Amino acid sequence: MTEINTALTDNIGRRNRTNVRFRYLVIAGAVITVIPIFLIVGSLAIKGFRQINLAFFTQPAPDTFQAMMAASTGDIIPGGIANGLTGSLLMVFLASLFAIPPGLMTGIYIYENSSQKYARFIRSLAEILQGVPSIILGIIAYIWIVKNITKGYSALAGSVSLAIMMLPLIIRSTEETMRMIPVSIREAAFALGTPYYKMIYKILIPVSFSGLATGVLLALSRILGETAPLMLTALGSPAISFDITKPVSAVPLLIWDFYNDPNMVSLVWSASLFLMVFVLSMNLLARSVASKHKYI
Amino acid sequence: MSGDRVTKALLFISSLTILLLSAGIVISLLGGALPAFKEFGVRFITSSVWNPTEGSEEYGAMAFIAGTVITSILALIICIPMAFSTSLFIAEYYNGTRTSRILRSLVDLLAGIPSIVYGFWGFYALRPLLVATGLTDQGFGVFTASLVLAIMIVPYATSLSAEIISMVPAELKEAAYSLGATRREVIFSVVIPSARSGIIASFILALGRALGETMAVTMLIGNANVIPKGLFAPGNTMASVIANQFGEASGLKMSALIAIGLLLFLITALVNYLGKLIIKRFA
Amino acid sequence: MNNTSQNDNVLEIKDLSIAYEPGKYAVNGVTASVKRNSITAIMGPSGCGKSTLLRAINRMHELYPDIQTKGDILLDGQSIFSMSVIELRRKVGMVFQRPNPFPNMTIYENVVAGFSLNDIRMKKSRRDEIVENALRNVTLWDEVKESLYRKGTFLSGGQQQRLCVARAIAFNPEVLLLDEPTSALDPIATLKIEDLLGELKKKYTMVLVTHNMSQAARISDDSMFMYLGELVESGRTGTLFTTPKDPRTEAYLTGKFG
Ligand SMILES: Nc1ncnc2c1ncn2[C@@H]1O[C@H](COP(=O)(O)OP(=O)(O)OP(=O)(O)O)[C@@H](O)[C@H]1O
Ligand SMILES: [Mg+2]
Repeated sequence: MTEINTALTDNIGRRNRTNVRFRYLVIAGAVITVIPIFLIVGSLAIKGFRQINLAFFTQPAPDTFQAMMAASTGDIIPGGIANGLTGSLLMVFLASLFAIPPGLMTGIYIYENSSQKYARFIRSLAEILQGVPSIILGIIAYIWIVKNITKGYSALAGSVSLAIMMLPLIIRSTEETMRMIPVSIREAAFALGTPYYKMIYKILIPVSFSGLATGVLLALSRILGETAPLMLTALGSPAISFDITKPVSAVPLLIWDFYNDPNMVSLVWSASLFLMVFVLSMNLLARSVASKHKYI
Repeated sequence: MSGDRVTKALLFISSLTILLLSAGIVISLLGGALPAFKEFGVRFITSSVWNPTEGSEEYGAMAFIAGTVITSILALIICIPMAFSTSLFIAEYYNGTRTSRILRSLVDLLAGIPSIVYGFWGFYALRPLLVATGLTDQGFGVFTASLVLAIMIVPYATSLSAEIISMVPAELKEAAYSLGATRREVIFSVVIPSARSGIIASFILALGRALGETMAVTMLIGNANVIPKGLFAPGNTMASVIANQFGEASGLKMSALIAIGLLLFLITALVNYLGKLIIKRFA
Repeated sequence: MNNTSQNDNVLEIKDLSIAYEPGKYAVNGVTASVKRNSITAIMGPSGCGKSTLLRAINRMHELYPDIQTKGDILLDGQSIFSMSVIELRRKVGMVFQRPNPFPNMTIYENVVAGFSLNDIRMKKSRRDEIVENALRNVTLWDEVKESLYRKGTFLSGGQQQRLCVARAIAFNPEVLLLDEPTSALDPIATLKIEDLLGELKKKYTMVLVTHNMSQAARISDDSMFMYLGELVESGRTGTLFTTPKDPRTEAYLTGKFG
């Protein structure tokens, strides 16, 4: 079949060239994809580091007049993000309280009853809930808490919106972690006559602990940076507050409040840098925990 | 044994949380949206008039539906070549190497950055660049929002596509290589056809993300309550109009915003369902 | 042929060593030759490097950058490493352990995959002729001629494997590499493939990796016995099976290991 040989000698050069060209195209595409990471991290680090000092963590945000005075003399802006930081921590803590226990238990329930229609339905609900845009959860917490319970914007409403976000994340990560436990471990426990609830507390949870921790950390890193639902619920507050029935600030809310204010912008760079670093470290921590966990 | 029964009961009761929650969300959205739908009927969806002036109030969601669809589709179009080449880089060209792992973690980093940080960065770093190109005066508008949105959804599309591409059996690829195909030919005639539906699903799921993104879009799209007239024209998405106007809304306007939330909920649920369906069929 | 002075050896393997990890040789200093229009069987216990050796012959290892190859392989007197890899693989076809027809292609498309993948265009009538010929050669024509335009995945394992052989020979290679082509098949399908290889010998040179000693005895002309990456012994199959020189060969043939 000399026809093949002729055809090949005719097209080998062209095919090799397209092959090489395509490879360069792929590499170029990948490089373009990662460029924004360096641009974002770089510009935040350069513009944000100047304001990061002790006051940044201990004092509430200044008002725009104070910021303007400082800016006009070239000083760094007084004050910090303490009101946002405390508000974020308060709401994330409450949200964890609301979401982690039922999330874990629902995850275990689905895993234990995975053959049942009801459990599979619950799992699909969690999947759907996970895809709901966060702003909609803000509307929900507004209707439920702001309008009906605290009769005004409140930390409680903010944490409820965050908790609704967190719940499906916890459920799914719990179930997926449990599913990786070899059946033999469960069977070994039952073979020793272990009662069901002990099997869960003494075997299932401890064996999958690091996996569960990863899921929780990832969920926390997701809600820490959330802004949209908090705009509709926690609103923001210039002062440090721990009253869950009153409005509070949050780091992302501070960014939202001040990003358009030219006097405050350098403080907002710092707040953004801090938020990014905080969220990404949580993320990395989660991944390092995940990479360590191995089952027998 | 009573401990057993208590445990089982507790687990079951906790599973009710999500059931009640889901029902509550749907009921509350429907209830909140009802006044707007009663007042305007189908016109609420088809009209693009958004007029909060007292006395002549009229609300239609079309401008925002259009804004959402246009920005998300544009973001997807920008995202596709980036995510596609990155997933080939990770899962095909450099599969299993250090380079691939590093790139994968970098892309994962993108997924971790909060939306508001993207918005802020877009506002102060990206917008001036776009203004400098001379294509736009202020830098606000559909294109700016879509560009940032694209960067935000790239990691989702990439990680899923990469996973699916790496699942293409080596023996199939080797069969093609053994016949003399070049790598590019193997990719186009074996890898992509085998992974096609999975790759499509990963882009659909990325689209689902884009549809509901709020903060970055709100800060960059220019917030005009009209159907965007061009690539660099301002507009508003469903999520961004809620973010912008919910705080000062009451009465019919609040109901209209909740109704927009309900529509957004339905659209994202539909898109996500479609993506998951394709993934399940694929697996 | 381009080299008139050449002897009957299609392939000459010269001091070939292959390592998956630096310093750990899966194939170690193998020197061997393969005669034209014959079947050469490579035998040996699991993990001794048979597949590794076979895959080196069409430079499959280049797909995995970590793998190191030393030594040389000559095809018709020319080093395979000096050829373009496309040219080499056009001359050296391969059939894998598990049948792997392309699931996205019809039976017809699978047979001419070599042409389409290599971007070789030709008239429909010529393609039809190639498909029919190749499928007749692998005795699959009568079984699939009604369903040429269906996906190849509904075929039985044995039929799929014959389809894969057809795919390889449609491209008319000189050498056909077969890596345990029958190990995933039942005895009847295995017999069919063995008969087929006996027929194909008239036109092609074949190198066959097999675990199955009786298969090697039945259909191969020459045999190589490998152990721990080294070529322990090679020669005419009859001689090697009846009077092995090396005690390790003897031990293997009498079922002491592997
Ligand atoms: N991809 C790989 N990476 C690292 N080591 C490998 C790889 N493939 C094979 N090896 C090692 O190389 C050696 C030879 O493997 P090879 O597959 O060539 O053996 P084989 O003789 O074909 O065995 P089998 O009869 O089981 O197919 C083995 O020790 C194996 O563990
Ligand atoms: Mg092998």
